[in-house]
Amino acid sequence: MKKHFSLLSQYLIGVLFGFGLMISGMSNPQKILNFLDITGDWDPSLLFVMLGAVLVGLCGFYVVSKRSQSFFGGTLHLPAKKEITRPLVIGSLIFGAGWGLAGFCPGPAIVALGVGHLKALVFILGMLAGMEICERFFMSKAVQD
Amino acid sequence: MHIDWLAFTPGPSLLGGVLLGIATSAYVLLHGRILGISGIIGGLLRPVKQMWIWRIVLLLGILSSPLWAIFLLDMYPVQIIDAGWPAVILAGLLVGFGAQYGSGCTSGHGICGLSRLSPRSLIAIISFMFSGFVIVYVLRHLL
Repeated sequence: MKKHFSLLSQYLIGVLFGFGLMISGMSNPQKILNFLDITGDWDPSLLFVMLGAVLVGLCGFYVVSKRSQSFFGGTLHLPAKKEITRPLVIGSLIFGAGWGLAGFCPGPAIVALGVGHLKALVFILGMLAGMEICERFFMSKAVQD
Repeated sequence: MHIDWLAFTPGPSLLGGVLLGIATSAYVLLHGRILGISGIIGGLLRPVKQMWIWRIVLLLGILSSPLWAIFLLDMYPVQIIDAGWPAVILAGLLVGFGAQYGSGCTSGHGICGLSRLSPRSLIAIISFMFSGFVIVYVLRHLL
């Protein structure tokens, strides 16, 4: 019973996350690119998305920091790593280049796939290939989280 | 710098952001994990028996969210993809590689990382925003 409830909550959290992306406008690649275009006609909306998300998130993570396990009784899996590493910076720079190229990041691409955009499917297949390439040929050198 | 006031949507963006914050908080409170979409997708490539199912279910939630939006709210999400096919493929490769190598994306580092006040995530955000700004500048204003 608890397991089913846990799975249902996973699904609902996914739906809520998708709603957040759609209502905020962040599931629209054009809006992302208009945010990244600071020297052109700039759309600062993404800053407000971050403001809303982080204000709520700060509360959520504060409560978690006072607990030793999750509400479903599982152990907490939070990143413990503190060092600023070369893979962190290089990986994020590469991520940003891809993000600026098409205006897609992983969450919005899944929403776009749900809407039925073929380009989203191609993007996601490319993303899986990119992850696999990284995992196969680069991860042994990088220290994993 | 010139703000495009017609495109600017502070209200809906703030509201959507709050929903993202609630989803992120609910995830860590109930399941004890970071809601990082790239990490959850990446986990599908190396399936661990019990975790595979919850990753799939969560992604199905995001995937089906536009259908709920259409049926429940009569809201059809606007998505305009200007990039051509080669750019979409290259963007996918870069985003996948970068998120894996940099241990996170806009959700894991962006939302969760800032909410946890993680210095690593702050560096990641500065890095991907910087290269995002540069690429868009080059594509829209130099080429």
